[in-house]
Amino acid sequence: MDLIRSHVMVCGGTGCSSSGSMDIIKEFEAQIASHGLDKEVKVVRTGCFGLCQAGPVVIIYPEGSFYSRVTVSDVERIVEEHLLKGRVVKDLLYYESIEKETDTLKSLDEVDFYKKQKRVALKNCGMIDPENIDEYLAFDGYKALEKVITSMTPQEVIDEISKSGLRGRGGAGFPTGRKWAFAAASKSDKKYVCCNADEGDPGAFMDRSVLEGDPHVVLEAMAIAGYAIGADQGYIYCRAEYPIAVKRVQIAIDQAKEYGILGKNIFGTDFSFDIEVRLGAGAFVCGEETALMVSIEGNRGEPRPRPPFPAVKGLFGQPTILNNVETYANIPQIINKGADWFASMGTEKSKGTKVFALGGKITNTGLVEVPMGTTLREIIYDIGGGCPNGKKFKAAQTGGPSGGCIPASQLDVKIDYDNLIAIGSMMGSGGMIVMDEDNCMVDIARFFLEFTVDESCGKCAPCRIGTRRMLEILNRIVEGKGEDGDIEKLELLAENIKASALCGLGQTAPNPVLSTLQYFRDEYEAHIYEKRCPAGQCKALLSYKIDPAKCKGCTLCARKCPVGAISGKVKEPHVIDTSKCIKCGVCMENCKFDAISRS
Amino acid sequence: MSLEANKEKFEQLKAMVARLKNEKGALMPIMQQAQDIYGYLPEDVQQYIAKELDIPVGDVYGVATFYAQFNLEKKGDYIISLCMGTACYVKGSQKIHEEIEKTLGVGAGKTTEDGKFTFNPTRCLGACGLAPVMMINDEVYGRLTPEDIPGIIAKYR
Repeated sequence: MDLIRSHVMVCGGTGCSSSGSMDIIKEFEAQIASHGLDKEVKVVRTGCFGLCQAGPVVIIYPEGSFYSRVTVSDVERIVEEHLLKGRVVKDLLYYESIEKETDTLKSLDEVDFYKKQKRVALKNCGMIDPENIDEYLAFDGYKALEKVITSMTPQEVIDEISKSGLRGRGGAGFPTGRKWAFAAASKSDKKYVCCNADEGDPGAFMDRSVLEGDPHVVLEAMAIAGYAIGADQGYIYCRAEYPIAVKRVQIAIDQAKEYGILGKNIFGTDFSFDIEVRLGAGAFVCGEETALMVSIEGNRGEPRPRPPFPAVKGLFGQPTILNNVETYANIPQIINKGADWFASMGTEKSKGTKVFALGGKITNTGLVEVPMGTTLREIIYDIGGGCPNGKKFKAAQTGGPSGGCIPASQLDVKIDYDNLIAIGSMMGSGGMIVMDEDNCMVDIARFFLEFTVDESCGKCAPCRIGTRRMLEILNRIVEGKGEDGDIEKLELLAENIKASALCGLGQTAPNPVLSTLQYFRDEYEAHIYEKRCPAGQCKALLSYKIDPAKCKGCTLCARKCPVGAISGKVKEPHVIDTSKCIKCGVCMENCKFDAISRS
Repeated sequence: MSLEANKEKFEQLKAMVARLKNEKGALMPIMQQAQDIYGYLPEDVQQYIAKELDIPVGDVYGVATFYAQFNLEKKGDYIISLCMGTACYVKGSQKIHEEIEKTLGVGAGKTTEDGKFTFNPTRCLGACGLAPVMMINDEVYGRLTPEDIPGIIAKYR
């Protein structure tokens, strides 16, 4: 066997792949071969490292050197200097991994972005090749499944999961152990275990990263769930928009079957379990559990009333459990390390860690896993590095279209399921979008309502009609046609939709409006009563003006204006014809004398 | 369009339907693969699927119109999928949207007259680190500014 002295880990997550990490891998392999190092250096394409902002990312072990924004042309130097001569190429490292004063290397977990993180669900992401089952096995893979099947009763498994305090990571936070116990108690010859990988919340990519970076962990957890409730068939319902994830999961299933870890008589016992992948086809509502099952059955994904709950009557009319990808990603470690270990992390009612997809106006965009109870301030400032370009933080949106906007005044709230609901948002699947002073909160509420209206399945009237009425009002407000009483109408509609919609999506659809009304009511009022957008974003409410005292008559704005709305002679102040102006802002961006203002 | 008009595709369709029709919940996988073969779901194909599965064609049409990914019309050679997720939105995807419309001369969901491009604003692509982001077929373009758009589209003309 070859003795490998160095591992070059290249991130193969979606972000890094899109910025060329596949070419970087090829170049590394070519350069390493041409220097005759291919017996001692191994290139591994891994899942997501998390710090997407710095991508494409390459980490070289054993040193743990963290190279960021790597290009194909950098590879030659890294191979010659680092791999051949053993000298880290400092100028290509992530800027924070060098201790400025002493000029020494910092280890990865001392970098601000990683310092406060604790990786449980993402344990293997970025550490192993997701397309190679042997690497998963080397990191204790399928050990939990073996332990469960050979030495635990189904009831013991359920008790362990219950004791850990694990709650569903898909949004509502239902206790996982209790869900399993219900399904185990349902009598039937046929039961199903489903995995919700229809990650539809805009701005969320945790599940995608787990499936791409560590697909076997989901298979292992589903098999454990199957053993616990007495099911022999699993389905993973995955978004078709995630081609890399779908491919890797399929490879993982094939490999696990080949190894006898999935299929008939696993580990020589009489337990059998098989998994199939089903693709979604672009319907947000299919993330709702009853809709998801109807969709797997091949029909229009419309939710149905509960009860009966899926644990009693689910997929194909049989008892079924459905958990989300991140929930499953915690299961094997709970079995291996024990419920007490898991329950030692987090807050009283929310145990363990949570993965957030940090995006929007934030310096370090990426995937972040922190213990429950971490404050928003720690995530946004200590890990995320705050808003870029010196802009002021305005709000963080969590919970996607079901959640709300959390203002600066609530930054010190400890994040867990219950606290987020108390401040008018919710955990949701874990998208966290940061907004700065330039984002208009009325427009954000409108954005989410537009999404909900578009994705409403149309089965129940409150959601189908009610959200549309809300959107119409919001559209009016951002177009400068808001009227006295609009806010009250929005509140009334919101209350009624919450109380009467059929499924969780409809019931939570008004949340983005309610939470922005709670914290940013003044912005709504400015739009309606003063016809003014404080963030300067709503076009219909803007007007551009040239200050004649500052204008030098350079004609640049007149030349840049796409509609010819600016006129004036050379070296004389120009004027904007507001009847022609389309408010694109190009003039203001281009003016070198700061003469154009927006109000 | 008649199914017989393209024998090769019809043979593929027949073989695929025969292989999948007895699986549980086969309708959606069959429709997805039929769309892979034809690029969209022509009426004849929907009727054929309905007949083979012994269900009303209305059920097939109902599924086809429910899910965003099923197309009832032929799409352009290049599908421009602009991410409309939250992270992209707060980083200005609206301006990219306008620029694409301007460059192509067609609005959202429409195909250019020469049949080259379909502009298809899409749900979150989950590549928020690259926001604002779009895909042209399988190629990803990230950290876009409106100025980038004409040049990128010109590459495909």
